[in-house]
Amino acid sequence: MTVIAQSGPGPGQGGIAAPAAGGPAQAPAELAPRARLWPAFAAVYRAQLSRARVARIPLLFVATFQSVGIMIMMRGVVDAGDGEAARAVVAGSSVLVVAFVALNLLAQYFGQLRASGGLDHYATLPVPPASVVLGAAGAYASFTVPGTLLTAVAGCVLFHLTLTTVWVLAVVIPLAGAALSGLGAALGLLAPRQEIATLLGQLGMSAALLLGVLPASHLPEVIRWARDLLPSTYGVQAFARTLGGSAHTDWAAVAGDLSVCAGVGVVSLGVATWAYRRAACR
Amino acid sequence: MKTGTQDEAPPAAATGRDTVCTVRGLVRTYPAGSGARRRPGLRRGGAAADAAPVRASDGIDLDVRRGELFGILGPNGAGKTTLVRQLTGLLRPDAGRIDVLGHDLVRHPDRAARLIGYLGQESTALDELTVALAAETTGRLRGLDATAARAARDAVLDELELGPLAGRPIKRLSGGQRRLACFAATLVGERPVLVLDEPTTGMDPVARRAVWAAVGRRRSEHGTTVLLVTHNVIEAETVLDRVAVLDAGRVIACDTPAGLRALVADEVRLDLVWRDEPPLDLPAVAALRPLADVSGRRWTLRLPHARARATMADLTGGPAYPWLDDITLAAPSLEDVYLALGGRAKGLVKS
Repeated sequence: MTVIAQSGPGPGQGGIAAPAAGGPAQAPAELAPRARLWPAFAAVYRAQLSRARVARIPLLFVATFQSVGIMIMMRGVVDAGDGEAARAVVAGSSVLVVAFVALNLLAQYFGQLRASGGLDHYATLPVPPASVVLGAAGAYASFTVPGTLLTAVAGCVLFHLTLTTVWVLAVVIPLAGAALSGLGAALGLLAPRQEIATLLGQLGMSAALLLGVLPASHLPEVIRWARDLLPSTYGVQAFARTLGGSAHTDWAAVAGDLSVCAGVGVVSLGVATWAYRRAACR
Repeated sequence: MKTGTQDEAPPAAATGRDTVCTVRGLVRTYPAGSGARRRPGLRRGGAAADAAPVRASDGIDLDVRRGELFGILGPNGAGKTTLVRQLTGLLRPDAGRIDVLGHDLVRHPDRAARLIGYLGQESTALDELTVALAAETTGRLRGLDATAARAARDAVLDELELGPLAGRPIKRLSGGQRRLACFAATLVGERPVLVLDEPTTGMDPVARRAVWAAVGRRRSEHGTTVLLVTHNVIEAETVLDRVAVLDAGRVIACDTPAGLRALVADEVRLDLVWRDEPPLDLPAVAALRPLADVSGRRWTLRLPHARARATMADLTGGPAYPWLDDITLAAPSLEDVYLALGGRAKGLVKS
């Protein structure tokens, strides 16, 4: 990247055009370069990831404990061994970690940043809005990796399901993460007040919990429609389909579910970027 | 481009320089009631109770010259932050023109980020980062590549003696240290103009000196222009080249601190602190009561020289003396100028 205006001593440096002192006409000064999309994304992502050490670790534990707790509870009513119910519980609990962190916590974070004026920091830097949103969303999606893996492994052991397809989480987490963190960021940035951002995040997570963990065939039809509208559902379905082992998996359906996640991710991150632009300059 | 079109004649020190920032007829109105409260940039006491829309910027004209350390002084609610938020592209004015280094920032608010380094009052975006990472990330987001950002980070942390705190998260620092860390982030990735909104709040004298030294270095080495928002009179008098005094969204004066003080040069300030209740039965004291600005046991009087001398003699030699805890005669400060110019609000600080 070219670095103009950042170094070099002497007056006239620093991106200032140097007109004759007192001269009537002044050419517009040279502008410092913008930050480019990917380097700026990398910088925001790295900074956000580092916040985990300071602020997020306890909440990551909460997310994991909640999911493992739900599975232990459900073990009392659902038989172990391959079956729709066992798959739904394990896949739903695993994706719930993603919903908790990427949707709920990110909505709260952006809500708080917006309410406190923290967005000003980014808005007064020449950084593409998409880098800020993608950087934060990417970091929150990354926070979910250990908890989701732990939950999935614990669930497979608890319900006697195969561990051979857990690798599919390598695709499920980024795509469900993109969809849910995009949604979380958009909710946080669009909510008129911080409390409403928090409330929406919580509601989104509760919906992911209630509609994700229970097997679809046990739900009334109206609830099933609601379930189909929730992006986390497609992450849950994709993972649930694979839990019977590779040989019994309808991979085309998995790909279909994941492409819904990807599509929702693209749209919701786009909306979040628009919302950020709107929130940053009034 | 016009220069020196303020209420007062331009001071000699600033002539012969080109104008870096021109503001003309800037107006920004907030809707009454909750609208004003919703906006974090605006801090107006009691604004929510007013029925009429609040004119936070009410026809502001300014000219800031290259290399100047230009102050915007006013009490809380005068519209200082609203003004700088418009200069930095965070807030769109309803009317008026802002020109910075030849760029129209009303039409192109996005260019502000490429011309101006801004230190706002909030640090929530950086709070959970370490001091070093906050500085480095800000540099990266100002368009520096990784190597340049790290080099600039190290240079600035050394300059401000923040090295020992580099690995600490900003939110775990004291208020003054936190402010200094945010100031460091503002300096990474040089800009020809710096806008600093109350940069030294909560800082100890050592940190304040570090801030003014760093600002001075950038002015002398790079010709950096600095706009400083403050409500601190002492700071305004000691560091600023020129100062615009803001009251209720209007510039009520703009000159050098000395030039402004000359407006009230025929007055002195007399501060009286009573031990207990003032002896109002004494005629000399009773006569002063209507002239005094009373704050608890402290009376502040602004009097012509001769009257002040006579009053001083009366009080120290007369029967009122035993009631007095302290008596001070002082040259007028910018606070006196502000009040003499018709400034309506209190809230300038002297520390």
